[in-house]
Amino acid sequence: MRGSTSHQRQEAMLSAQDLAKRMEWSAQMQAIRDQQDQAAFAALFRHFAPRVKAFLMRSGMTASFAEECTQEVMATVWRKAHMFDGTKASVSTWIFTIARNRKIDMIRKSRRPEPEELHWGPDADPDAADVMMMAQDTEELGRALASLPEKQRGLIERAYFGELTHSEIAAETGLPLGTIKSRIRLALDRLRHAMT
Amino acid sequence: MKQIKHHLNDALLMGYSAGTLPEAFNLVVATHISVCDDCRARMHSFDAIGGEVVSALGKQDLAEGSFAATLALIAQQRAEPPKGAAVGGIFPAPLRDYVGGDLDAVKWRRVGGGVSQALLKTRDAATVRLLRIPGGVAVPDHGHRGLELTLVLQGAFSDATDRFARGDVEIADEDLVHKPVAEAGLDCICLAATDAPLRFSHLVPRLVQSIFRI
Repeated sequence: MRGSTSHQRQEAMLSAQDLAKRMEWSAQMQAIRDQQDQAAFAALFRHFAPRVKAFLMRSGMTASFAEECTQEVMATVWRKAHMFDGTKASVSTWIFTIARNRKIDMIRKSRRPEPEELHWGPDADPDAADVMMMAQDTEELGRALASLPEKQRGLIERAYFGELTHSEIAAETGLPLGTIKSRIRLALDRLRHAMT
Repeated sequence: MKQIKHHLNDALLMGYSAGTLPEAFNLVVATHISVCDDCRARMHSFDAIGGEVVSALGKQDLAEGSFAATLALIAQQRAEPPKGAAVGGIFPAPLRDYVGGDLDAVKWRRVGGGVSQALLKTRDAATVRLLRIPGGVAVPDHGHRGLELTLVLQGAFSDATDRFARGDVEIADEDLVHKPVAEAGLDCICLAATDAPLRFSHLVPRLVQSIFRI
């Protein structure tokens, strides 16, 4: 019994650390956006660039091509920092979408049609509590992914590495998407309300 | 925003998020999401899975001087021109980009029975077209070899499965042979994508098909 409690305590501590890290990334994005903060960018680069490169190589790029694309992806992170909104996506999600789009540009030589953008009002600074909740939901999603049975997780990964066609994708991921979806939906509702 | 009843399914949203859908389907998905906050929220959730998949990957060593090279790229790049705010019209931004304007910019070609179409240019084998069906008119019976997505932009149509109005998307697979009928009133304008040619049940439409590449 005591063993499991200490295990739980350890889990909770790890989770708090991971959450703090996510909040830090979010703060770094804001520093890039507001102060063109190079130190903040260097910190994000150290964490994300090697993973972006691994993702691109896993998706079929050679090391040198993936290196070149990774630099472009990270440069885009800087250029589009003003578009980052921590209440709709965590930093890990946002950087993934930039890497994914770059991959489509390069591999398929075609641009991906993007949904019409929803613009925040000029002074609608995202609420820190909302950013925190979003980070928390994403953290939990990551944990749920890690705890999926090997085979199921493998299928999801293969889908994102581009190894499955749409007819091969299993619609049922086994991931608890309801929480994060409701959170984003709420943010969108507020935005729509502010726009009208 | 009016209530949308027929949404994208998880497989399409995941494929869109992973970036593996044919361009024709991507356009239908992006256009639907532009008018459907529910699917927009689901899309962001699938993007979040992608982010976590990448986060769970090991690190790959960067080339020497990678950071400095990135800073040099940043110094070269120009600021993004701000995107124009949405204008009126019935085409959401992604579709407007493909057409080069709104409804009045479409170059229609008649395909018989009062129905007109305009093929949009894509780079892969799947095709996407705009369809204009006058109120009360039926599109000939057809089945599909692959998957057909039909998104309503104006007016409404009904078939054996249900009624579809602006924002609704019908996902038809090989099992569905349907005969959509446009509702009386405004022309029904749809964006339809297929990854295989349609299969008409009668000879005449088949001839039309071979001429007009439906």
